[in-house]
Amino acid sequence: MTFWLLAPIMVAAALGILFVRKAVHAALLLAVVMISLAVLYAVLDAPFLFAVQIIVYTGAILMLFLFVMMLIGVDASDSTVETIRGQRVMAVVLGLLFGTVLVVGISQVTFGAVVGLDEANAGGNVPAIANILFSKYVFAFEATSALLITAALGAMVLAHRERLTPKLGQADLAAQRMRDYAEHGKHLGPLPSPGVYARHNAVDTPALLPDGTAAESSVSRVLAARGTVRSAPALADDIDDVRRQIGGLDGHSDPTTMPETSGKAGAPAHTEEDVQKGEEK
Amino acid sequence: MTQYIVLSAILFTIGCVGVLTRRNAIVVFMCVELMLNACNLAFVAFAKQHGNLDGQITAFFVMVVAAAEVVIGLAIIMTIFRTRRSASVDDASLLKY
Repeated sequence: MTFWLLAPIMVAAALGILFVRKAVHAALLLAVVMISLAVLYAVLDAPFLFAVQIIVYTGAILMLFLFVMMLIGVDASDSTVETIRGQRVMAVVLGLLFGTVLVVGISQVTFGAVVGLDEANAGGNVPAIANILFSKYVFAFEATSALLITAALGAMVLAHRERLTPKLGQADLAAQRMRDYAEHGKHLGPLPSPGVYARHNAVDTPALLPDGTAAESSVSRVLAARGTVRSAPALADDIDDVRRQIGGLDGHSDPTTMPETSGKAGAPAHTEEDVQKGEEK
Repeated sequence: MTQYIVLSAILFTIGCVGVLTRRNAIVVFMCVELMLNACNLAFVAFAKQHGNLDGQITAFFVMVVAAAEVVIGLAIIMTIFRTRRSASVDDASLLKY
């Protein structure tokens, strides 16, 4: 029963890995497959592997995948360009053939009566596994310990980066900033903060410059690369709609005569007060 | 018992097709993991079929080796990404020329 409930979910999630565009979604679908597999292990009288599957696979390995994904950029999605022409079609055809051969082959085999693990698991699954692991398979077990140490060392060697240039201190950075200002006229101060508006103040909305255009340096370039930067003037669209409706009802307040608050029309964003101040001077 | 082995075969095939079609190195790696998991399912199913725990032990060893493999593989992917700014398997083709 559990099997027939989980098998369609697993196959659907596995197929999803083939089709989703983003690597993060693929990782989440893989998590679905792995947790379902853990449940199947429990059904198949393997409670130890049930726990190991969840702790090692879903807990450790998938988290490692997600960590690396965060490091190299979540937006790194798959390209659809085929480097070898027709490779994708051929792969799917081959895969279908392979799957058909496997399934047909398996379905022609008769497995006989299931012996079941009740006898082997009599004293509990974990003690039974420990008995075999530390007697019959003890050398393989020792070999895996060597493998794990080698893997840890290898990961450290691969992830280690030799520092080729001296580390920049605060004084160096300040000097570099001054040099940039002298040579390229780059602004000395910090980058502008994102826009804070009455209806939206998240970091994905750029601040507006005095001429009403968006200040691109005020939003993170990661958001820009992901294409999730909002347009501040667009947020004011429904305000303008309401204003237009009021104007249409009353007939006396024309939006163009109102003080420009959103800077949407690209008009100078100074208000009437600014103008008055200017006249007083 | 047949249904478990058939499911294992289907998952293995999906993993194969994924390795052949996807371009992102991390997703290719995930498909390899999917294939390993499919094999584990077959091992555990056969352990129940034959009534001894050797299949479960083998599945356990497969998990250990998979963990080691993932650590090294992801470290390699990160190193390649650092030098080439790309995680696509097509970009690491320097040995071809």
